[in-house]
Amino acid sequence: MRARDVFDRWLPWVAGPAMLIALYCIFLVAPTEKDQGIIQRIFYVHVSSAWTAFIGFGTVAVTSALYLWTGRDRYDRVARSAAEIGVLFCTFVLLTGPIWARHIWGTWWQWDPRLTQTLILWTLYVSYLMLRAFGGDDDLVRRWAAVLGIFGVLGIPIIIVSVRILPGIHPAVLMTREGNTGLVDPRMRLALYVTAVAFLFVFIWLVHLRTRLQRLADTMAAMHAEHG
Amino acid sequence: MESSMRFLNNLFAAYAVIWGGLFFYLLRLTRRTRRVEDELESLRALRGR
Repeated sequence: MRARDVFDRWLPWVAGPAMLIALYCIFLVAPTEKDQGIIQRIFYVHVSSAWTAFIGFGTVAVTSALYLWTGRDRYDRVARSAAEIGVLFCTFVLLTGPIWARHIWGTWWQWDPRLTQTLILWTLYVSYLMLRAFGGDDDLVRRWAAVLGIFGVLGIPIIIVSVRILPGIHPAVLMTREGNTGLVDPRMRLALYVTAVAFLFVFIWLVHLRTRLQRLADTMAAMHAEHG
Repeated sequence: MESSMRFLNNLFAAYAVIWGGLFFYLLRLTRRTRRVEDELESLRALRGR
């Protein structure tokens, strides 16, 4: 059995239950935060979405670099797929954050360094997807997209450190400015890590499906080109 | 009471965004894959004629 078939068969059965276990941990294991109340439970999916988006954009950068180096189409297909799923998760971050902020900060949006950088990162990878969708499919477009995919990932370390070194109101998640952990209760940390792992499985599954679709689409385009 | 209901509605909204978003993306992906597979199949059949 090929690795592709194993992924096809097992990934839904890993990702689906993992998401249910994550929900169980969020709502039945993690305690309610005493200052913020139940709205703090958004945090688990918000942060996990952000980490998954970072993994997605990191995958774009690595596979884009491999594409530029080797010229193999499979790396380009994975880069394109990971960008799409990364943007999906980054959209979740940008939608769930304001719902939490409305209650805690009293406003939907603040031009805080972390929020602004995340919006810039999202815009960059949306540009990447637009280039892929409307720029045609020749080698030059693929190469320019790969450069954009590598360039975009530079925003991630800025987002991670901005909360510690730049003045802003976004809370630090695992490490506060004073060096303490942002999550005091170990059950909260457990819920966060379980959710992050569940999202990672979903990410791998979706990238696998999207890459498969791209491979089929490429095969079809090649057949059309061959037969006119 | 009213405030905690609003909190609950917004918590539900946040989770609906994620679970709904994933569900619709997966649905769209599956439909597109099926369409491309069907088209490929018919292309192969034409080629085989």
